[in-house]
Amino acid sequence: MKDLLEIRNLKITTLRGKETVRLLDYVDLNIPKKCSFGIVGESGCGKSITANAVLGLLPYPLRVSEGSIRYDSRDGEKELLRLNKKEMQAVRGGEISMIFQEPMTSLDPIFTVEKQMAEAVSFHHPNAGRGEIRERSLEMLKKVNIPRPEQTLASYPHQLSGGQLQRIMIAIALINNPRLLLADEPTTALDVTIQAQILKLMNDLKEQNDTSIVMITHDLGVIAETCEEVAVFYAGQIVEQANVVELFSHTAHPYTQGLLRAVTSLGGATRKLYTIPGIVPPGGQWLSGCRFADRCSRCTERCRQEMPALKEVSPRHLCRCFQNSGEVDA
Amino acid sequence: MRDYIIRRLIMLIPILLGISIAIFVVMQLIPGDVVSGILGIEQTPELRAMWEKKLGLDKPLVEQYFSWIGKAVTGDFGESFRTGAPVFPEIMSRFKISAELAVLACIIAWIIALPLGVLSSLKRNSVIDRIVRVVALMGVSIPNFASATLLILFLAKGFNYHTPVKYAGLFENFGVNMQIMLLPALVLGSVMAGSVMRMTRSSMLEVLRQDYIKAVRAKGAPERVTIFRHAFKNSSIPIVTLVGMQIGSLMGGTVVIEQIFSIPGLGQYTLTGISQRDFPVVQGCVLFIAVVYVLVNLLVDILYTYIDPRISYS
Repeated sequence: MKDLLEIRNLKITTLRGKETVRLLDYVDLNIPKKCSFGIVGESGCGKSITANAVLGLLPYPLRVSEGSIRYDSRDGEKELLRLNKKEMQAVRGGEISMIFQEPMTSLDPIFTVEKQMAEAVSFHHPNAGRGEIRERSLEMLKKVNIPRPEQTLASYPHQLSGGQLQRIMIAIALINNPRLLLADEPTTALDVTIQAQILKLMNDLKEQNDTSIVMITHDLGVIAETCEEVAVFYAGQIVEQANVVELFSHTAHPYTQGLLRAVTSLGGATRKLYTIPGIVPPGGQWLSGCRFADRCSRCTERCRQEMPALKEVSPRHLCRCFQNSGEVDA
Repeated sequence: MRDYIIRRLIMLIPILLGISIAIFVVMQLIPGDVVSGILGIEQTPELRAMWEKKLGLDKPLVEQYFSWIGKAVTGDFGESFRTGAPVFPEIMSRFKISAELAVLACIIAWIIALPLGVLSSLKRNSVIDRIVRVVALMGVSIPNFASATLLILFLAKGFNYHTPVKYAGLFENFGVNMQIMLLPALVLGSVMAGSVMRMTRSSMLEVLRQDYIKAVRAKGAPERVTIFRHAFKNSSIPIVTLVGMQIGSLMGGTVVIEQIFSIPGLGQYTLTGISQRDFPVVQGCVLFIAVVYVLVNLLVDILYTYIDPRISYS
């Protein structure tokens, strides 16, 4: 395997009453080794469930109905969707870790930080001694810049701030040196000043440990700051994918263009804030043609009839739009 | 914590005063009086006056109340109007029986309810879950006097089994005691099990949705650890509250069940006291039950601090 993670034809469905509803539609993604990969999109576009599917953490009644997720683990290639419970538990937190949007609710409120860190180690190293685990925990807390590690270890989650808790979540996620970190909106719930610190910290740790990061966010600013490759999700599909510089300089898809225009900047403070009209259609209510057609200013009759394919518009730059693949003009 | 306990105990005083006044007033309002009961058909005005004087019933009501409460604060609950036996030792000996019944009922309820509640939450909407929920609903809905009577009849007619008639204490004769206590404990326990099971299931479902459960799984936790160390412990707070309230009321005796199974517990004593208008017995029993109830709830509140570090009373 060339890449660390290869997602093919991933389809995720849920049940609404007795009806099966699609939430993610045939997504292909390759996450290279030692790369920070961004997934961006509005809420409900399927970005979080993709990450959850990788670790088999989809909440009931969501399930992967088709596709494959291949992972190049330390001991050979694995098909994550076919692992049994035990094998999946070895991958979770050992090979692939995950951090979540809400640090305040991501730690168990009735255990100390020390217990919860120790647990993460002992699941994967059952023979590790207490002193050894404690030392490792302290070392990790120092790495994530927790000011008083000893005191923090003895604390309960409600005694710590959101920023500190997210640092602890990162420390727990990285304590077993995983090769891939799935970060599901890790800064969304934090103050802006803390956001920047957390992002920098994640970047530094990635450099130190050769960990790949999948950064899931709705914030293009976060992507620009941290990622090398970007995939833009819309209504359960990838609509555009490219290198970050390429994506920002030669934005191809009207949706991505809209997202970029909606980014507020200090220079643009005088003009009215831009919004993309309409909302993301919820799963199951997708249009049969291009799913963005209703909200797109350049929509044509063909866009409503036919679903555009994800095509290369320039080398390693994919876009799902008729207008940018030269098909409309031809 | 110590201050908190002291404060809670001080709060008991107005509660008990209020209850004692209420009981006193109600006892005056219900028709019939203890002297008529004692004298039966042989009553004459002279005998009546003699008994009323003997029991202190000739004094004004307010004085009667204060003379009783004056003694009660020193721990003297007086003597039964009917038998002349001191009330407090009788309450204590009967409390032991009611408490044993309550503890047995709880153990039975937990053994049934906790595993089934957890199982039901994990297999949500499966066949097992549906069966468990229906059975739990039956446990809650069938009145215990009905299930108790049916159980006695079923064992008597079907297996020719009768529970021993004469009560024996737990340490006097364990076998006889268990034969007498297990059936009522089963009846009380099954009612409790129904509500505990439903609470366990809903509390577990609530906790299983939490982010930290997903985070624990993402760390690579085996299911057993996720379920028991994290989910169950977090969902136990509402369960402890419910169980505390149930134990509290069971400790005070269960009139109907004690009556049906002829168990000489606190409930039976209270009922006899009421039917004979035996004021010191009723007042003593009710106050004792109130104290037990408040203390059990205090114990539950203290228990919270051990389960959940976010709760502290200092």
